[in-house]
Amino acid sequence: MQVDLGSLGFAEGGYLLVKRAARRVAPGELIRVTGNAEDLEIHLRAWCRAEGHRFDWRPSHEGAQGQGLIRAGVAETERWAAAAHVSGAGAHQDSVAEHAPRSWGLAARGSTVEAGAPEFGFQLTDKVEVWSDDAAHIYQQAVAAQWDPETAIPWNASFELSDDLEDAVVQMMTYLIENETAALIVPSRFIAQLHPHFREVMQVLAVQAADEARHIEVFTRRARLKRSRLGRSTIGGQTSLKTLVDEPRFAVASFLLSVLGEGTFLSLLWFIERYAPDPVTAAVARLAAQDEARHVAFGLAHLSQHLASEPEFRPRLADAVRRRHDALRHTAGLNDEVFDALLLMAAGSWDHDDLRLGHQRMMQLIHDMDEGRRKRLVRLGFADDEAAALSVLHTRNFM
Amino acid sequence: MTDLVLGAVAYDQKVVPIWDGFLHYFRARGLPFDYVLFSNYERQVEAQIRGSIHVAWHSPLAWLQTERIASSLGRRAAAIAMRDTDRDLCSVILVRADSGIDAIAGLRRKTVAVGARDSPQATLIPLNHLARQGLLAERDFDVRVFDALVGKHGDHIGGERDAVRALLRGDADAACILDGNHLAFAREGTLPAASVTVVAQTGAYDHCNFTVLDDVEPEKVARFRELLLAMSYADAEVRPLLDLEGLKAWVPGRVTGYAQLAEAVDRFGTIDTFVRSVEASCR
Repeated sequence: MQVDLGSLGFAEGGYLLVKRAARRVAPGELIRVTGNAEDLEIHLRAWCRAEGHRFDWRPSHEGAQGQGLIRAGVAETERWAAAAHVSGAGAHQDSVAEHAPRSWGLAARGSTVEAGAPEFGFQLTDKVEVWSDDAAHIYQQAVAAQWDPETAIPWNASFELSDDLEDAVVQMMTYLIENETAALIVPSRFIAQLHPHFREVMQVLAVQAADEARHIEVFTRRARLKRSRLGRSTIGGQTSLKTLVDEPRFAVASFLLSVLGEGTFLSLLWFIERYAPDPVTAAVARLAAQDEARHVAFGLAHLSQHLASEPEFRPRLADAVRRRHDALRHTAGLNDEVFDALLLMAAGSWDHDDLRLGHQRMMQLIHDMDEGRRKRLVRLGFADDEAAALSVLHTRNFM
Repeated sequence: MTDLVLGAVAYDQKVVPIWDGFLHYFRARGLPFDYVLFSNYERQVEAQIRGSIHVAWHSPLAWLQTERIASSLGRRAAAIAMRDTDRDLCSVILVRADSGIDAIAGLRRKTVAVGARDSPQATLIPLNHLARQGLLAERDFDVRVFDALVGKHGDHIGGERDAVRALLRGDADAACILDGNHLAFAREGTLPAASVTVVAQTGAYDHCNFTVLDDVEPEKVARFRELLLAMSYADAEVRPLLDLEGLKAWVPGRVTGYAQLAEAVDRFGTIDTFVRSVEASCR
């Protein structure tokens, strides 16, 4: 093979042409390199030595500086001899493997990874534990639905609430912030444990965490719109959330957080949106609810797929609900201040008739939450009566 | 069975993972092996002469020191293996492209930047090359030494980089560096395109080798050498170590590539004092 570099310096990019030629010939084959650049011989000699090619220089060849004779070495071939293709079985280059070896590390799906790369400590390496065929679609939807807190919410809308009603809104926001913080921490923790081979799942979890970051921002901003001090956080509420944050298994955490917790939150956020006393509260609840719906959809999608291949996992999910209920049996669960704030908001005033109506609306909310949970449990293959029994055991904290 | 103990000089932090890796490789194949690190080659040469280490991973200058001391003590040193990249190196002497210097004679009464005082590639061999052409350091031109880590025999690239920077700044009229570093500096941008030209190039010479003296168990040395030469770049266990140490394959040692350096140290008397002092203390 012949490579003429002309006046191109070897270090300027000429080495790329020689490297390309070396990759195209078999070990032992000859590459002739000519060129006029002053340092060609020095650079070729040093490069060939470092790359394991044999080199000889024949001076003053046909007007050029000279001619380099390179016998291609075996190092390049040897480096890639035991390399692995980062993909599952089948002809498709992007197919997802049933098990992703830790030695694939961060290598992109479809790439070729050098043998001997350092192993990463990813814990979630099996497709069955994490995968959903809907993940790519859910991720695309999530990216397309991102909203800018600055422009999506009418922060400058003019409104004035009674002190009590404003306090109620601030208490609700305080509660929402701590719940959304748990919902940010849980997927973030699993991103670090997930083998990046399951790229779309990693991306869904990343957007989920970003969604929660935005929710925390807008709830905080609404709370501080008229007040400098936020509301109360209770032992019962935090104990409930801690059981989520501490859950070590991805599938169980996803079930408790996304399917049951965020599913219940969907009803709550739409309730707040409906009875919000001001346009800012309505807007933050509506936008958060839209995002939460995707989180629930992903939880349902990957758990459905998981249960389809491992039906024996279903009782373990039921056990997780019972264990969480037992763990929280002696705590208050929902912050009374939150329940009261929701009721006052749904009533709109201290008027007796309004309070009665507010209470009826709260009872309807509790009923709607229960119904939603049961439907989702049935979608995951639980029988109607078991779904009803498990729904009742769900935390009084909603999340 | 006692360990075969190898000495190496810690010129960089990477020396530890390299030799830890090789230690694992040798032991896994049944060779009782250990290594010790020295802060400088002189200490390592002396330790080998005194029998504290059995094999030394020596710089070319340390090889000459060992060979001469051994010879005067009636013993024999052998170079049993080296890297493929230790063969046929050369050094270049650079001037600024706009300097008007186009031949070695143009360096008369100028300042030549070199690497560490004990660097074969960036000081001793190029200065000897100039002397062969009639230009003697400190008589016909000034020498500016960039003494990065004396005792490491130029293993650290810092001195050569400093020499090149001095040339580009105008603090020196020429700089002596290894051919491989000329390429590396050009690729990384330390040497901008067309900023310098090569006014001289030395002949080819060899670099490091594994040195043994004649009092080490031959079977153990043979096994060490056999395992060394069997390391394959295709082996994912050792390839990262070979990459760190800068080779694709170990090759048999040879001593034909040290003539220029031997001539340089004779001319400049570089190692005479050290060699005499170790000889005297070991007699």
